[in-house]
Amino acid sequence: MNTADLFALLPFLLVGGTSVFVMLAIAAWRRHWLSLCLTLTGLAAAFGSLWLVAPLAPRKVTSLLILDRYALFYIGLILVATFAIAILCYGYLQRHSETREELYVLLLVATLGSMVLVASSDFVSFFLGLEILSVALYSLSAYLRMRSRPLEAGIKYLVLAGSSSAFLLFGMALIYAQTGTMELFRLAASLAAAHNSQLVLAGLTFIITGIGFKLGVVPFHLWAPDVYEGAPAPITAFIATVSKGAMFALLLRYFYTAGAQYFRPIFVLLAIIAIASMVIGNLLALLQNNVKRMLAYSSIAHMGYLLVAFEATSTAASEAVAFYLVAYFIATIGAFGVITVLSDKERDAETLEDYKGLFWRRPMLAGIFTLMLLSLAGIPVTAGFLAKFYIVSTGAAAGIWALILILVITSVIGLFYYLRIVVTMYAREQDETPHVEPHGIAGSFVLVTLTILLVWLGVYPVPLLNAIKTVLPR
Amino acid sequence: MILFYLLVILIVGGLLAWAAGRWSALAARCVSLAAVCADFVIGLTLWIRTASGVELLQQHAWLRELDWSWIPSFGIHFHLALDGLSLLLLMLTFLLGIMSVLASWTEIQKAVGFFHLNLLWVLAGIVGVFLAMDLFLFYFAWELMLVPMFFLIAIWGHERRVYAAVKFFLFTQLSGLLMLIAILALYIAHHTATGVFTFEYEDLLGTPLSTHAALWIMLGFFVAFAVKLPMFPLHTWLPDAHTQAPTAGSVILAGLLLKTGAYGLIRFVIPLFPAAAQSFAPIAMALAVIGILYGAILAFAQTDLKRLAAYTSVSHLGFVLLAIFAWNKLALQGALITIVCHGVSTGALFILVGALQERLHTREIARMSGLWKTVPKLGGVGLFFALASMGLPGLGDFVGEFMILLGVYQKSRTLTALAAVGILASTFYALKFVQGVFHGPNKHHWKLPDLGVREAIIFAPMIVILLWLGLYPQPVFNTFNPAMDKLQQQAGHTLHVSRR
Repeated sequence: MNTADLFALLPFLLVGGTSVFVMLAIAAWRRHWLSLCLTLTGLAAAFGSLWLVAPLAPRKVTSLLILDRYALFYIGLILVATFAIAILCYGYLQRHSETREELYVLLLVATLGSMVLVASSDFVSFFLGLEILSVALYSLSAYLRMRSRPLEAGIKYLVLAGSSSAFLLFGMALIYAQTGTMELFRLAASLAAAHNSQLVLAGLTFIITGIGFKLGVVPFHLWAPDVYEGAPAPITAFIATVSKGAMFALLLRYFYTAGAQYFRPIFVLLAIIAIASMVIGNLLALLQNNVKRMLAYSSIAHMGYLLVAFEATSTAASEAVAFYLVAYFIATIGAFGVITVLSDKERDAETLEDYKGLFWRRPMLAGIFTLMLLSLAGIPVTAGFLAKFYIVSTGAAAGIWALILILVITSVIGLFYYLRIVVTMYAREQDETPHVEPHGIAGSFVLVTLTILLVWLGVYPVPLLNAIKTVLPR
Repeated sequence: MILFYLLVILIVGGLLAWAAGRWSALAARCVSLAAVCADFVIGLTLWIRTASGVELLQQHAWLRELDWSWIPSFGIHFHLALDGLSLLLLMLTFLLGIMSVLASWTEIQKAVGFFHLNLLWVLAGIVGVFLAMDLFLFYFAWELMLVPMFFLIAIWGHERRVYAAVKFFLFTQLSGLLMLIAILALYIAHHTATGVFTFEYEDLLGTPLSTHAALWIMLGFFVAFAVKLPMFPLHTWLPDAHTQAPTAGSVILAGLLLKTGAYGLIRFVIPLFPAAAQSFAPIAMALAVIGILYGAILAFAQTDLKRLAAYTSVSHLGFVLLAIFAWNKLALQGALITIVCHGVSTGALFILVGALQERLHTREIARMSGLWKTVPKLGGVGLFFALASMGLPGLGDFVGEFMILLGVYQKSRTLTALAAVGILASTFYALKFVQGVFHGPNKHHWKLPDLGVREAIIFAPMIVILLWLGLYPQPVFNTFNPAMDKLQQQAGHTLHVSRR
């Protein structure tokens, strides 16, 4: 490893360094705003450093990490998302009396883990990144330790993610036993030779199990609703976006590079997972009365939609996934952002009852939430519509009509529960005087920015599409 | 550019009305009235200029066109174009737009600004549908109509508004997504055949398709339009949505949203897939006739005035569907006249029912009766529109339905005979309406204010239009005949190509 290698690692070093720095700063001078400012500065610096690193791309740093444009794109997305979530955390924690500052340390560590995942080119860094992310997330989910449900969520996540890591490791071991390598690019060559091997197939299946847990796709989704419900709202946003997005980027890179999706059994397995996620995610969401749980099931369904694009196996597919993830990030952070802003000291605003007549009390917030939900449902003028259009068009080009038809039908089912929330917000209430409850300027700023982005991408997506096209390998 | 302004005026007008609504309800109403009137004037100017021969309607040129690149990587254009067909439907849109703003002048008292935002945006979506010549843009506008309409029903509707709004949204969304799949299939088929990715309507015309593929893709489009139209048995959202919507919502639903379905069939389904449409025509026409009779019978059986008016739409739009799949000149002319006249007469009926409901706070026929004594002017207006709706000669609806029957007669005598029974049935519900509401003794001793000035301003032009179209519909024919010829020619042309 030489200086150029170290320079290429600048974004990682900055985020890692910031987490240490914030920790030391807390030891010296415990101030909530200071922790936030340091975190934001670190994230912004790391984001800026992407442009310094970009000329070096693609560059392999040791055998563990590869910093190509693909990795840099997703690192950028992760950093921006974390930036927004950190600001939301600030407003949320201000209303709680517990220790606040350490949350940012954990958030930075989790971000570092996700960044390692999207740049990983070896089973070792895959596993390391995953564990860095997961360990930070256990404690983040249980951060409000005076409440019982966050604790429950944390433990649940710990147990299930722990066992999924075990599956993952076992899968890696099986593949290593067959091919004798853990490095992605050499794996690709050996896998092509060994694609009939039972060992490899078993290994891939176990790896899919491990990844599936992290993505929360059916049948590995059981943790998702409980953790979504229990974890503090901004942390739920992080789990739903950054953690899942990084995992999906990794899945795409590994399987496309190794050509594993061309194995018939793997293709079929992923298709079944996609269908099950779309159907079960959307159907179970119908039964929920808790908005956070509803969004949990909806995110299960969204992972199913993404898998449909994945199954199309083309360059257009990876573009569609990138665009979809951006749209999904914006809408999900926006939706959880609204929940965060509405939450109070005692509990998160998570029951449908909390949203009754919101439009008449706080029209802006209700409007933003409506747009975010419509984007998740894929209605025009929002980014979600173009994202879904992109996926359907890639799928149609690949000729996987059955998957597309299921996507379409299940997304109509999905529309039903999004509309349920929307309708609740516009229900007429007895008490309709708009009372202004103060919520942080920072939170509103994030929400408004996200809304503008959402509509902008929904109406004029050309800049992002071009960016994605230049970034992703042709 | 003028086409773009038509959209911008509505969209910006909506935002301004919303902003003004925070300040005063009257300002919001005035802003939105001004916006729709501005569009109406632009449309009228366009029409007068084309009618007086300043700009000749040529066979293959649009009256007005606008083509901007939008998302080049998919070959998507922001392509708007106007021909006689679109022009007529635009005029109807703006006219009913003005009427619905006026009709909600006193009815809507809550969140007035937001109401007008939604109202103007629905109109913008409808204008987009009538003008879009890029299938992606068309789908975009198609979906765009939904959300504001959903809010109009869900927020300002009557008792079961949420149920009706959600049902409406789900029906249209599912059928719309099937259309999206069909659009994409066509897009990909075109790419396979020519190597070009395009959503352009004129490029996609004549895409060579296998019989099997053409039928499936055609059905994808057809379902979307048939749900909107609505065709039996896909109509079940309609009575609920129409009944629960506020007056303006019902007017726009019945007068315009249903027409987008008919427009889609005329503009897209038959020219794009002539052979498939031809083989599907018997089924569609049979369903149309069932719709005509079923709608008329159910309208007669209703006790709720708005539901009655809603079911008459099922019946009248059955005629339009029948005519479109007969696809000869006479029938199509009839369909166009029916589209316009049904828009006006049913729109007026809904406004009338809204006016009654505002006075009586009920829509039940049983709670009315004998109103002629207390509101004679309103009764006269009601009688006029009821007669128009049942197809009295001399009024526009008669011309349309008569021409449809003439046109369909050339295709199938049985269906014509059955459809004619539908006209007969329409007298029953029209008379039930007049007799139940206005005639007989004033059992409930209602004392109500009669037709006001604002209401007179709404009804007078609608009466004049129905009389005009009933007595001298030639200017309307002149406007859309060239467009119609072109569509028929395109359908014939593509038929030829696909055979070869």
